[in-house]
Amino acid sequence: MIDPAGRPASGSRPGAVLTAETVTKRYGDSVALDRVSLSVAAGECVALIGESGSGKTTLLRCFNRLVEPESGRVLFRGTDVRQLDAIAVRRAIGYVPQDGGLLPHWRVARNVALVPRLRGSEGADLLAADALRLVGLDPERFGPRWPRELSGGQRQRVAIARALAARPDVVLLDEPFGALDAITRAELQAAFAALRQELSITCVLVTHDIHEALALADRIAVIRQARLEQTATPADLVAAPATEYVRRLLAQARVTTG
Amino acid sequence: MSAARAAAVATAICLVAGSAPALQAPTRLDRRPVVVASKPFGESYLLAEIFAQLLEARGIRVVRRPGLGATEIAFGALRSGAIDVYPEYTGTGLLAILGQPPARDPAAVFALVATAFRRRFGIRWLPPLGFENGYAMAVRRETAARYGLRTLSDLARVGGRLTGGFTPDFIGRADGLPALARVYGLRLDAVHPLVPAIKYQALAAGKVDVVDGYSTDGLLIRYDLVVLDDDRHAFPPYEAAALVGAEVQRADPGAVLALSELSGRLDVGRMRQLNRRVEVDGEAVATVAADALSALRLTGRAEPPRWGTAGRGSLWRYFVAERATLARLTLRHLLLVVLSLGAAVLVAVPLGLLLERWAGAAETIIRAVGVLQTIPAIALLAFMIPFLGIGLAPALAALFLYSLYPIVRNTFSGVRDADPSATGAAQALGMTPGQVLRQVRLPLAAPAIMAGIRTAAVIDVGGATLAAFIGAGGLGDPIVAGLALADQRMILSGAIPAALLALLVDALLGACERVARPAGWSGAG
Repeated sequence: MIDPAGRPASGSRPGAVLTAETVTKRYGDSVALDRVSLSVAAGECVALIGESGSGKTTLLRCFNRLVEPESGRVLFRGTDVRQLDAIAVRRAIGYVPQDGGLLPHWRVARNVALVPRLRGSEGADLLAADALRLVGLDPERFGPRWPRELSGGQRQRVAIARALAARPDVVLLDEPFGALDAITRAELQAAFAALRQELSITCVLVTHDIHEALALADRIAVIRQARLEQTATPADLVAAPATEYVRRLLAQARVTTG
Repeated sequence: MSAARAAAVATAICLVAGSAPALQAPTRLDRRPVVVASKPFGESYLLAEIFAQLLEARGIRVVRRPGLGATEIAFGALRSGAIDVYPEYTGTGLLAILGQPPARDPAAVFALVATAFRRRFGIRWLPPLGFENGYAMAVRRETAARYGLRTLSDLARVGGRLTGGFTPDFIGRADGLPALARVYGLRLDAVHPLVPAIKYQALAAGKVDVVDGYSTDGLLIRYDLVVLDDDRHAFPPYEAAALVGAEVQRADPGAVLALSELSGRLDVGRMRQLNRRVEVDGEAVATVAADALSALRLTGRAEPPRWGTAGRGSLWRYFVAERATLARLTLRHLLLVVLSLGAAVLVAVPLGLLLERWAGAAETIIRAVGVLQTIPAIALLAFMIPFLGIGLAPALAALFLYSLYPIVRNTFSGVRDADPSATGAAQALGMTPGQVLRQVRLPLAAPAIMAGIRTAAVIDVGGATLAAFIGAGGLGDPIVAGLALADQRMILSGAIPAALLALLVDALLGACERVARPAGWSGAG
């Protein structure tokens, strides 16, 4: 893979499920992504960590064509996503937004069955019930409820169930636990880690919490001011921060560096 | 419309072709009733009712369209053939319709309008009824006695010692007060602008010494006022006459002949007495008209009156006496609201949804729809007469146009501002833009859309009272007639049911809104 500038596309790896190759995105005068390259292997969980406005969510949204880059390429299973139908890509990839994004006028069961129904899958309601069970919610009890009748943690579980209902093997999560209290967050993180192992899904997880990234991800990509600072496994990141920014990030979170 | 009639006549003739003696009958049976209209003030109602009863007494079928908006609507309706006859004044024809400068000689003015109307519109002025209803300067009897006032020349002589109370209209228009200053050199000590309703009371109480009125006002008698003679003809003549449309002249010469029987038969004194019975004593227009016709020996006895049969009793008694009429008017009102609102919903909701997808043009289009709201109802109704005639169609069209704005505005902002986290998630999970709109934005905007529809409905119930001005019926009929005849109970008999209807419609739509919204979901959540 050669980019238009003639340099090797460093982010591309054989067998990668998701790949960003020197992706650049601007909003007016401000640069949201500056030549970012990253690839995510099958079954891998990569955390994108950075401050608000660093570009981490923009990168996430490039993967399912919610954002179209100005330059560079985004590949899904080796195919440029621009050659794929945006709607089909989104239906193939699970998505968990920060605040759950449940449709308030639909009951829980209908919310969870959303993607299977969009894909015209048979037994959409059964798939939805299975997904609810996966996240630890009894479909009989919770299926008929309205989103507003749920606690914050339950709502987020439903959002995860909805992302998983169509059995995708790739899921994008945008700060899925950010708005929860500490105890609920820990519970959900544990449940998510277990689910990921069980289903062996490929994940991209946006977070601003280094502890969450360290606990859940196989690799961590640190993004600062639209640029990738460092991509490394949690152990390598802690042992050898590549930049002063990464070192400070770990220090502020009281993570002992090597 | 006339094409359809011609076809019907042709068919009827074909059916009886071959039997020559029967040829005459179908045309007569098929003949359209003569549509008699009036403008919305007391004397016009009365004259129109006199026309109608006279035609009926001559065996001609009649449809009544009383209280049409104002000159432009009544004349527009006559010109387009939607009505056949209404009472008009030569001065109004000259100044307001032909837009010519005032002239003084009544016979010359009549000749002028008669010729011009026949040439330009094919409309015919029948010979005048016999009285003028022009401007009349009135003073108290004791003022007239003290200064020896008989004419406007006399008034000009002592003007510096007197105070005038005039309608703003009279003070401003060229054939009003400025004409008196020009012709008589009239200079008053002071001039107060007064609204018509309190003018005569102010004069009777001695607050002012001279007022402007109309020469046939019934109130001139009630307050025992002296009308000063316009001896130098400062005011243009306003001779009353029947104005007859082209269609009825051609198709129904018998009706024109019948109406001509009234020419020259109504003098000022008689007209003032008749107006007093309607405007001051509160007698039913139909009763007074019937009495007038039998006093002129033109008819025997009268038709049953339409409203105001209950005399001057309590409001409750009036409602009870008029309950059948009021129920009919209320249903008619409801029909106007339901049809116009239904059509507005069918157009405005899809338009609002379309604009969400077409955000660039949205504000411009919504503002354009808003501008419709600012067109005065009378102007809008008058504008539509050439296309839609009078009656139900233009009223529905006007109400429809007035209902669009709140619904378009609320639909657009409702779908645009629908919970961004829900719409964002729906998009991210693979809904097409159309699915996001139909399955997410539209249901989330439902409360806002319903609020817009409720606003439009309440505006509509109020606006539908204006339908009376164009002969569409509804609760505006007694309101307009009551205002013209200074009959409080008649006004309230339309206004109270209209207000109750507004509350009822709003409550019903509120109930619909609660039923339509999912039980577990509150729009605020």
